Amino acid sequence: MRSDLFYHAVSLIALLLLWQGAAVLFDTNLLPTPLTVARVLIAEIESGQLPYNLGVTLARLAVSFMLAMLLGTAIGIALGRHSRLDRFFDGWLIIFLNIPALVTIILCYVWFGLVEAAAILAVVFNKVPNVVVTLREGTRALDRNLLDMAQSYRFGQWKTLRHVIWPQLFPFIMAAARTGLALIWKIILVVELLGRSNGMGYQLHLFFQMFDVAGILAYTVAFIIVIQLIESALLKPLDRRARRWRR
Amino acid sequence: MTEIHIDIEEKVYPGAGGAQPHLAIKDLRISLHSGEFVCLVGPSGCGKTTLLNIVAGLDKDFHGEIRLLHGGKPKPLVGYVFQEPRLLPWRTVRENIELALPAAPDHEAVTLLLEALGLCQVEEKYPERLSLGMRRRVALARAFAIQPDLLLMDEPFVSLDAPAARRARRLLIDVWRERPHTVLFVTHDLREAIVLADRLLFLAPSPTSVIHQMKVPLTRKLRSDEQAVETFRHKLLSDYPAIRHLL
Repeated sequence: MRSDLFYHAVSLIALLLLWQGAAVLFDTNLLPTPLTVARVLIAEIESGQLPYNLGVTLARLAVSFMLAMLLGTAIGIALGRHSRLDRFFDGWLIIFLNIPALVTIILCYVWFGLVEAAAILAVVFNKVPNVVVTLREGTRALDRNLLDMAQSYRFGQWKTLRHVIWPQLFPFIMAAARTGLALIWKIILVVELLGRSNGMGYQLHLFFQMFDVAGILAYTVAFIIVIQLIESALLKPLDRRARRWRR
Repeated sequence: MTEIHIDIEEKVYPGAGGAQPHLAIKDLRISLHSGEFVCLVGPSGCGKTTLLNIVAGLDKDFHGEIRLLHGGKPKPLVGYVFQEPRLLPWRTVRENIELALPAAPDHEAVTLLLEALGLCQVEEKYPERLSLGMRRRVALARAFAIQPDLLLMDEPFVSLDAPAARRARRLLIDVWRERPHTVLFVTHDLREAIVLADRLLFLAPSPTSVIHQMKVPLTRKLRSDEQAVETFRHKLLSDYPAIRHLL
């Protein structure tokens, strides 16, 4: 058995070769070779354009991600604990889950103007219902027996939250965070494209108007690398740490 | 010193999903003197666990009153050994025990307890990696560690093998004699009850009622003699045929 790294490397090289082959075969500006894209990528990094736009997008991502997770977790726990509240708001939740992302984005811009807060709000609105659903499930699955144990040994609220409830909710929070990150990445670009004058989405829009495929691909590559870094440097270790007690 | 007066007028489980409501306990009155070791003996499903949960304050949905008289001090400390170990799977053996203790746990005392229960080798392990018997012993250690004023035990030695159960019983008696506290011990094993208790209460099911109670006349010393225990058990069963039907 070879290591996972080996398979990743080989499959990546195969993809690059396929791309190179297609680019050579069609020989058009609309499908540049990997090398051309790499050159554009480096040029964009050196000019400071890409780091700036990526930074702006990442900042928006961080703020809206945090807000959505906090809000969604709080609402999800509340709904999971109080069945009356849950029965009442379940209908709302279904409606919000099914509003297309584009509609919330447009409405936010129309109602609040083309400002930063509207952009963030639009992303948060799209994400919160998913977090609520996941955390509601997690709260319903809390182990009644362990809560009884904590009560009879007088853990108190803080100890109970930290040692009994949090470890049980953590896998659900991680699941919400991962799917959430993937969702927010995609929505945030649309938000920027429609109503901001900086960020990755705005820049991609410019490239689109100029039919600059190399630029689009260069930004995409930078994008993928950053997502993978967040995933493997942040989310995976957190996940592993939370699972170490399992058999 | 902790005296307990249990007075349950009625405990009804509401019928879920169209089922008939179930009258679990009716007019049950039991008093325990301070420092007394009382065994509740009865068949499975006779409401013993329900009773313990009510005494522990976990179940407040009943008519009646539980009075814990504790010589003027605030609420007595209650140790509860549940039918299942109910350990936090994401905390190590030692953490599980020390979490139950009030602030600033005495590591030395916990070490002594772990030694007495043969758990020193596994104190840094997570519960899921232990056998059920070991987990039960951890749950015992946790209950002993808080030095309770009132100890509730719900068939705590089930699934321990015979020698381990004997050791655990001896430890329980040692702990109890060293620092007298009130014990309410539930079992369906008459032999075990005779070995442990000052007083036996025999419970009949649905609704739970005391059909007979008696002091165990054997001296503590005599109880390690299996023959004496066995003789007493036979006499008890032939004197009170109702108990024979019960078990």
